[in-house]
Amino acid sequence: MNENGAHLLEADAISKYYGNIVALKDITTHVDGGEVTCILGDNGAGKSSFIKILSGAHQPDEGRLRVDGEEVVFQSPRDARAKGIATVYQDLAMVPLMSIWRNFFLGAEPRKGYGPFHWFDSATAKRIVRRELSEMGIDIRDPDQAVGTLSGGERQSVAIARAVYFGARVLILDEPTSALGVKQAGVVLKYILQARDRGVAVIFITHNPHHAYPVGDRFVILNRGQSLGTFEKSEIDRQELVRLMAGGRELAELEHELEAIQAEVS
Amino acid sequence: MAETAAPPAHPDERLVRVGPLARLLTRPDIGAFVGALGVYLAFGYFARGVDWLGDPGIAANWTDQAAQYGIVAVPVALLMIGGEFDLSAGVMIGSSGLLLGYLTTHADMNIWPAILLVLLFGLAIGFINGYTVVRTKLPSFIVTLATFFVLQGVNAAGTLKLTGQTAIQNIDSASGFDSARRFFASDVTTYGFKVKVIWWIGITIVGAWLLAKSRFGNWIYSAGGEPNSARNVGVPVARTKITLFMMTSGIAALMGIIEALELRSMQSKEGIGLEFIFIICAVVGGCLLTGGFGSVIGTFFGAAMLGMVQLGIVDAQWDSNWTYTFQGAILFAAVLLNTAIRARMRRAR
Repeated sequence: MNENGAHLLEADAISKYYGNIVALKDITTHVDGGEVTCILGDNGAGKSSFIKILSGAHQPDEGRLRVDGEEVVFQSPRDARAKGIATVYQDLAMVPLMSIWRNFFLGAEPRKGYGPFHWFDSATAKRIVRRELSEMGIDIRDPDQAVGTLSGGERQSVAIARAVYFGARVLILDEPTSALGVKQAGVVLKYILQARDRGVAVIFITHNPHHAYPVGDRFVILNRGQSLGTFEKSEIDRQELVRLMAGGRELAELEHELEAIQAEVS
Repeated sequence: MAETAAPPAHPDERLVRVGPLARLLTRPDIGAFVGALGVYLAFGYFARGVDWLGDPGIAANWTDQAAQYGIVAVPVALLMIGGEFDLSAGVMIGSSGLLLGYLTTHADMNIWPAILLVLLFGLAIGFINGYTVVRTKLPSFIVTLATFFVLQGVNAAGTLKLTGQTAIQNIDSASGFDSARRFFASDVTTYGFKVKVIWWIGITIVGAWLLAKSRFGNWIYSAGGEPNSARNVGVPVARTKITLFMMTSGIAALMGIIEALELRSMQSKEGIGLEFIFIICAVVGGCLLTGGFGSVIGTFFGAAMLGMVQLGIVDAQWDSNWTYTFQGAILFAAVLLNTAIRARMRRAR
């Protein structure tokens, strides 16, 4: 919250319909600098509709978005970026055949030159990449390495470092850990905390409560387009989060079934 | 979540084992350099009837041929790295040369403004190619194939209607011809090295610099490698591709000008078939058919290799029809090598 009591980014009763399908209904949440808000939900819960609205790719049918307490309407991702909202998509983060430093500055290359002649200042680019990545605690052997040779977790981490370096105030991460193994996911979670500690507001979309709980300050649980509630970390424990995520009753049924199967086997 | 198994001590152990040689092999231009050196030395043996390795006159011959391939191969390589093809690059040489011939012999223009008009014509055709590809999202292979056939017809029918022959002659009757020929198409030294070779080297240096050292170069890589990611971070992908098409047609027009000045006449079939040679040079130079990766320096060596094969087969007194077979074999070997390199780069995802 800033001095006026306004949140950095606030979604107020957001709804989205596709024809007669209700993709999102009355979703309200917020995030501030130095915090992580987790959006949790199973497939089809409305997570991707929600980030598309936050990142400016879609417009909500009802409800309002506010940045620093001021209402905003994003016509495109460019508008959102202008407000300091950066989105790191799982698949669209990097060009695999290009080196790390070329990727890092893609679309915002530092240049130097005289008169009409300018060139891509690769020495500066490499130096900044090395510095930024090491400040985030990312150990890159060689900025000349092709991004395709990095692991999925390293790639996500470089994308996060890039968004932070280019002044993102809000970082929206779309399922950054979903395609990763346990250890790689841990690496990405660590960088989420690094970004948070640098004062960035993080919105972390995931379907995995075990990834969300250790890093989140606030949890929004989506189910079939509805919010099951927004919980501060103090209000909820891990078991409850897992239970809500799986839709409570359904999980109880599943446990019952699994026990029955186990009884048959033994 | 409790971690049960101890994590490996160092996650990058696999990568440490990669030695400097393996690293060198991921460079796209090494294969072309080794190949060109190999062909040079091989003809030193097979063409031992002449002093292949030592005679500068022979080097002047094959560099002349290589320059004819290499000048246009540079923008073709950049275009391929940007993820597109231009099959009209060969026929553009003929169209431009014929246009220069028409402007000087039938419209009685001075050669210099005529040259300027021809270059603008090249840029315009490139813009049409690029704009069509970007707007329709059709494969550039199809779009530029159409341009190729349209221009081929125009070249043949236009020349016949104009002259009653299959060529435009007497371009050297134009005013200013000698000064233009000195600049574009003369001999540099007593051994008969063509000024064309200097153009080839110069365009290669500019192309390599653009790719490695300019912002535009970064955009070329990304436009071919992962256009959606590139757009996502604000790269003007469409503008980059249109510019590349314009560079390709513009430099093909330059090549047409060079040939018209050198030969003093222009055949209506000139340039047809060269489009594939340019692509072979680029592929030998390490450019992937799928875009996003390649080298201008490698393309230079690719052109050198094909130039040597063309002349070496004659000097070795073999049937010159074998040239095609060689070109095919070289292309196949290069594609296999490139695929292996890309697999190496994409490994460990």
